[in-house]
Amino acid sequence: MAEFLQILISGLAAGSIYALAAVGFTLLWQASQTINFAQGEFVMLPAFFVLIGIGFGLPLWLAVLAALVVSLLVLGVFFKKLLVEPMLPHGTLPLVIATIALGLLMKESVKEFYSATAQPFPSIFPEGTISLFGAVVSWTDVGNLVTAMVAIGALQLFLDRTRTGRCMQATAQNPAVAEILGVNIKRMVLYTFLINAGLSCIASVLISPVYLAKFSNGETIGLVAFIAAIVGGFNQIRGALVGGLLIGVIDNLSAVYVSAQYRAAVPLVLLIVIILVRPQGLLGTSEGRTV
Amino acid sequence: MSDTILSVRNVSKRFGGIRAVEDVSFEVRKGEILGLIGPNGSGKSTLFNCILGQLKPSGGHVTINGVATDGVRPADLSLMGVGRTFQQLSVFPKMTVLDNVILAGQEHHGTMLSRLFSRPDMGLTEEAERLIAFFRLTPYRDTPAGSLSYGQQKLVDAAMAFMAGPEIVLLDEPAGGVNLTMLAHLKERLVAYNREHGTTFVVIEHNMEFVMSLCTRIIVLAQGAVIAEGTPDEIRANPEVIEAYLGG
Amino acid sequence: MRRLAPLLILAGIAALVLAPLGQGNYITYTLCSWLIFSIAAMGLNLTLGYAGQVSLAQASFMGIGAYATALLTMAGVHWLLAAPLAMLLCFVIGLALGYPALRVQHHFLAFVTLAFNTLVFLVLRNEEWLTGGSLGLVGIPRPDFWLVSTMKQLPFYYFTLVCFLASAGAMYWIVRSPWGRAFRALRENPVRAESLGLKIRRQTLLAFAIGSAFGGGAGAIVAPLVQFIEPGSFALVHSFKILLMVIVGGSGYFLGPVLGAAVVVLLPELLRGFQDYYLILYASFVIVLMIYSPTGLIGLGAKLAAKFKPAREERRDLQQGAQL
Repeated sequence: MAEFLQILISGLAAGSIYALAAVGFTLLWQASQTINFAQGEFVMLPAFFVLIGIGFGLPLWLAVLAALVVSLLVLGVFFKKLLVEPMLPHGTLPLVIATIALGLLMKESVKEFYSATAQPFPSIFPEGTISLFGAVVSWTDVGNLVTAMVAIGALQLFLDRTRTGRCMQATAQNPAVAEILGVNIKRMVLYTFLINAGLSCIASVLISPVYLAKFSNGETIGLVAFIAAIVGGFNQIRGALVGGLLIGVIDNLSAVYVSAQYRAAVPLVLLIVIILVRPQGLLGTSEGRTV
Repeated sequence: MSDTILSVRNVSKRFGGIRAVEDVSFEVRKGEILGLIGPNGSGKSTLFNCILGQLKPSGGHVTINGVATDGVRPADLSLMGVGRTFQQLSVFPKMTVLDNVILAGQEHHGTMLSRLFSRPDMGLTEEAERLIAFFRLTPYRDTPAGSLSYGQQKLVDAAMAFMAGPEIVLLDEPAGGVNLTMLAHLKERLVAYNREHGTTFVVIEHNMEFVMSLCTRIIVLAQGAVIAEGTPDEIRANPEVIEAYLGG
Repeated sequence: MRRLAPLLILAGIAALVLAPLGQGNYITYTLCSWLIFSIAAMGLNLTLGYAGQVSLAQASFMGIGAYATALLTMAGVHWLLAAPLAMLLCFVIGLALGYPALRVQHHFLAFVTLAFNTLVFLVLRNEEWLTGGSLGLVGIPRPDFWLVSTMKQLPFYYFTLVCFLASAGAMYWIVRSPWGRAFRALRENPVRAESLGLKIRRQTLLAFAIGSAFGGGAGAIVAPLVQFIEPGSFALVHSFKILLMVIVGGSGYFLGPVLGAAVVVLLPELLRGFQDYYLILYASFVIVLMIYSPTGLIGLGAKLAAKFKPAREERRDLQQGAQL
């Protein structure tokens, strides 16, 4: 029981980070029909911004802050202005290809220009563990879970309770009507890209102390984030959150109870099963928008 | 009974609290050219989509040759012998006119597998050329459909709807945006086709003059319900119709 | 131009026949590799360029084809039987994989195939009893055609060339059949195509399965070429590579994948000095290409040609012919 609880909590901790990536993924899809195949690399990269900052002698908190700014600029503004915007008129296919290439570019650049080996990454949370109903839980896990949940909760509040947030939702649901109502669509879409960049940066800072910072981290994270988005229901934040947590728990459980060798296969099988049985996802209603 | 091809029975459609179509019933006999008219927001587009199986009626049902259309996929509807045209331009712009028309027929011959092993034109060139000639498009046979004029593209669209030899064709605002000369030509060709092949038409249209001269019978919708039905002359003389159009 | 086409084809074949003469083993090997990847890329082009679906599992289908062929030929089955079986296996797996994914829209196939490629890699690596695990399979025999043995590099090249020409012929048959017209229609106006009786889902699924079988066919030739296969050769990054071939060459153009494969296989040889940065250059190149010419090199060529030449009526026909 204690062992199970331990696995459950560390699964939730990992899952909450996946959820961050999955939520960003979902937002981008809603706002601009962009399927970002580089999402995993978006989570991989900011950790290296932090490491570079530390390399320049910045304290951790300042390095994280700097990484956040750079992420917003590079993964938010540049990504939208330089890649997505010029390509949208060509339809989704070239954009899919371009984001695949972008992921490859980011991965290989880190490998060549920074390091091909896994880098230790400082945790923003204190070391050590606490005991909870007999289960030993690390502060990092608790911190990750809480931070990710607060971030997603804040995002949900922002979208529901503020005028800007509601305008963003209107834009996602029906851009034509939103425009007639006087919403600045372009700006709303840009906000979405910025939020995605911000969430990616948070996820990166949270996950890197656990898995170490490595150029190839994006492969798994990207796939898991997408699976989480699909499993939860592609068109809503709640779904992405539940999907992320679920995948995190299942992944950890299967590492212990299935086999270490096929651990990576379990979420993949889950994806295929979900698409087969319930393509709208666990919490999803049928697709909110047809093109 | 056996000469009824399309039957609409007590069809209602609500969107949330709004009643778009309310208890509409009518039948269409084989070989008829039926016009479905009404002012904007009268529910004719909703009804049209219910007939095509694109929208599920909230009540009642639509059958074509005794088969319910609800939930039938567009491809299967076409294979059931139901042709249609679209309100917006709907050709394959980079394909030649000939290829456009051949495509409209090819899916109705053989199986998907047998099509892989048949001749590229499936022996349909002659038939397609006949239809192209019928609509007086022969000079444009090898022209990409997208570079034709708007009216000519409407003709290609109609030729495609007829290529598979449908029993019934649903025309969605065929006159929209077409100039007068082309309109007269289109109408004349549709009537000629109807005479030659006995194909049933259901036309949904704004242009009263076009409908009056094309159709043999007209149904008028207003606020989701049938308010009048009859020959063009009867409709023209019906005070309720005038009221609906002017007062609506 | 139309009358010239058979001549051009003959000239192309002649060039392929003469290409390896007087060259060393390494160049001949590289040429083989180009032809094999061309087959795989042609298959993906059917899925992507004609049917409009992104598949990221072409390398895993090559892998399945290669392992199936290797296991069968090592068990004594002749290559002539083993290769079609391997292709059939890929076709069936393609159907099973594509069916659920194509029920739903929005490029789900891309993700399902991505997951599938990773799954196949895991199975190849973990099931040691069958696949030899990460050490792979060694000692795959080269096919022996009674009078001719392909043990030497040059005869193997001609064997590959025959397979390539057969594949290209089959692909040409597919895209000039009524299927080709159906694919163009569903790319240009899927709603209209469906209303004319085209069963889009089934058509796309078959295109994907056939494309996968071409991947299996490429694998069936790669196994005896290298005579040693291991899971790493069929990992996800190789699926990306094949995808790049299709895109770079020009998806939806018949010869696009062949051109793309040439660029992808031969470019590293040219960029030898930049070996480490090769993927970076590549990815940047693809992004720039996608922004400026989503139709790839052939599309870019057509664009440039249109710029320098005043547009004439024939040009449009020419473009059309090339696209189908």
